Amino acid sequence: MAGHVSIHNVSRRFGAFAALNDVSLDIPAGELVALLGPSGSGKTTLLRIIAGLDFPDSGQVLINGEDNVARHPRERGVGFVFQHYALFRHMTVAGNVAFGLQVRPRGQRPSKAEIKARVAALLDLVQLGWLADRYPIELSGGQRQRVALARALAIEPRLLLLDEPFGALDTKVRKELGQWLRDLHHGQAITSLLVTHDQAEALELADRIVLMSQGKVEQIGTPAELYTRPASPFVLEFLGEANRIPCVIGEGGLALLAVSGHALAQSVEPGQAFASPGAVLTLYVRPHDLVLEARSDGPAVVRAIKVAGAFAKIELMLGELALTALTPLHRLPSLHLQEGSRARLIAAQGMSFSAAGAGGSVQFEAPRALVMA
Amino acid sequence: MQMASAKCVGLRRQGGVVNVIMITVALLFMVLFLLLPLITVFAQAFAGGISGYVASIVDPNTLSAIWLTLIVAAVALVVNVVFGLAASWCLARFRFPGRLALLTVLDLPFSVSPVVAGLMLVLLYGRQGWLGPWLEAHNLKIIFALPGMMIATIFVTLPFIARELIPLMEEQGADEEEAAILLGASGWQMFWRITIPKLRWGLLYGVLLSNARAMGEFGAVSVVSGNILGLTDTMSLDVKALYDGYNIVGSFAVASLLASLALVTLIAKTVLERQFLGRSTKEEVSA
Repeated sequence: MAGHVSIHNVSRRFGAFAALNDVSLDIPAGELVALLGPSGSGKTTLLRIIAGLDFPDSGQVLINGEDNVARHPRERGVGFVFQHYALFRHMTVAGNVAFGLQVRPRGQRPSKAEIKARVAALLDLVQLGWLADRYPIELSGGQRQRVALARALAIEPRLLLLDEPFGALDTKVRKELGQWLRDLHHGQAITSLLVTHDQAEALELADRIVLMSQGKVEQIGTPAELYTRPASPFVLEFLGEANRIPCVIGEGGLALLAVSGHALAQSVEPGQAFASPGAVLTLYVRPHDLVLEARSDGPAVVRAIKVAGAFAKIELMLGELALTALTPLHRLPSLHLQEGSRARLIAAQGMSFSAAGAGGSVQFEAPRALVMA
Repeated sequence: MQMASAKCVGLRRQGGVVNVIMITVALLFMVLFLLLPLITVFAQAFAGGISGYVASIVDPNTLSAIWLTLIVAAVALVVNVVFGLAASWCLARFRFPGRLALLTVLDLPFSVSPVVAGLMLVLLYGRQGWLGPWLEAHNLKIIFALPGMMIATIFVTLPFIARELIPLMEEQGADEEEAAILLGASGWQMFWRITIPKLRWGLLYGVLLSNARAMGEFGAVSVVSGNILGLTDTMSLDVKALYDGYNIVGSFAVASLLASLALVTLIAKTVLERQFLGRSTKEEVSA
């Protein structure tokens, strides 16, 4: 049965450093949840506390309603996958997977034949049956992590905890293994909690993302919710690059942009009036939302064009403000842009937060695009 | 370009001369100070023929010395393994105030002269020592008896295993142990099925080193044993006693035995080292 995890007001300090500061969250049974955040945000500490490898100074960890803090880690029924695999180096692949079954007390231990059959089934599940008699040092990183996963699943855990499981793998293997993990998760009655600092991984794999920063939860939601309705500039910027454009609110609720003396024509109405005229705020525009048109009288100057795979990255100066635009590589020739050319900018979409960082964000979307000309 | 290559050739030629000199010096030292003495030991041991050799070995005093050496070494080994595992577990796995001080104290037997170590034990356990009156009242004899020799040997060999295991444990980390616990293993299962196998090469290596040292120890044991022939004489002490008594063949026969033990240990150490290093480099490369 998949585990339902509730965390209530958990705090943990290491000396003067508050690794977790009054964290509460709820993870519904059967979901694949990503704990996302920069290093030092407390995500690994939280995972270790749920596993029982570390202890909270205060607060509760409930799994299916039972308090787990006082419980010995070996009785929690938790599968744990380590970043550096932590495979038993002196045992074969099959020995590693069988370990959790072999160490059970005599009464609960399956027979040798049952263990053998179960190990074989698990190795088939991770598609590594042919490596059963190898030792961990003979395997590639991706294969080792799959063995670690089979080993964790052998004890039929209610909860699968993965600590940066793909962190030590190269990009291609990481992507393949991520997709594969997602499929595997949905084939099992299990709740999975995945710690990662890679926002692309979290957005791609998770049903729900818990974004953490400095020992606190910044926002919880589906990948789409976090990406389209970030609760704070931190969330917005952590999930992807964004240009910061300083703005001033003009008369009548209109956003008037002033960039180093450039008074830019405004053609946008904020969705809601949350700042009084004259207030200064920052408009966040993602590079792929910034559209360029070559114009000899345009306000922006192209500084550099860099081709990065399927996209071209165009670096611009708007007065003294450095901006980045992203365009699909096949569209680059039709833009007629070179280093030094001038251009008009159109922000197809943007976002702003009230001065205090609280309250709703403001969005504008095409066709009411912001034109910088 | 041409000048540069000419310079390289010049360097290499110079290097050639230096190499020949260095190799000659090294070989000369090896032969003079290592190989010849070793050959002498065996030559002298067999100076009276094989029968003379066998006769010196089966001498009751010599047999008793061999027996005593093995007992002392075995006891020291057991103590060292237990202490080494416990100490390295504490020092490698936990950070606590005074840890550095403990690490330094651990090296004491390396830096203190064995004779001084022996004297310390005499001053502590001897008849005039701090604990002397109490020991005598309870009829316990440590100095000039087997227990003293064991304590002296343990003192001298104590750091070997711990020193071998601490860096190994620090490098390996505790991930595998944590994984074992989360998979349901008890502390005991974790220790025997994960920790010990993980450390086996380092442990074996430490055992060999400390054993070689234990069997060859002279200074500390000499001070506490009192050299009672046939009673508190280990092999090292026996060699000296026989030599001082002008029994050259007997002295060298026992010495040849000790030398053989040392050679066996060295060979075992080399084989292990190859295993050990081969494994860890392989692990690093693939990691």
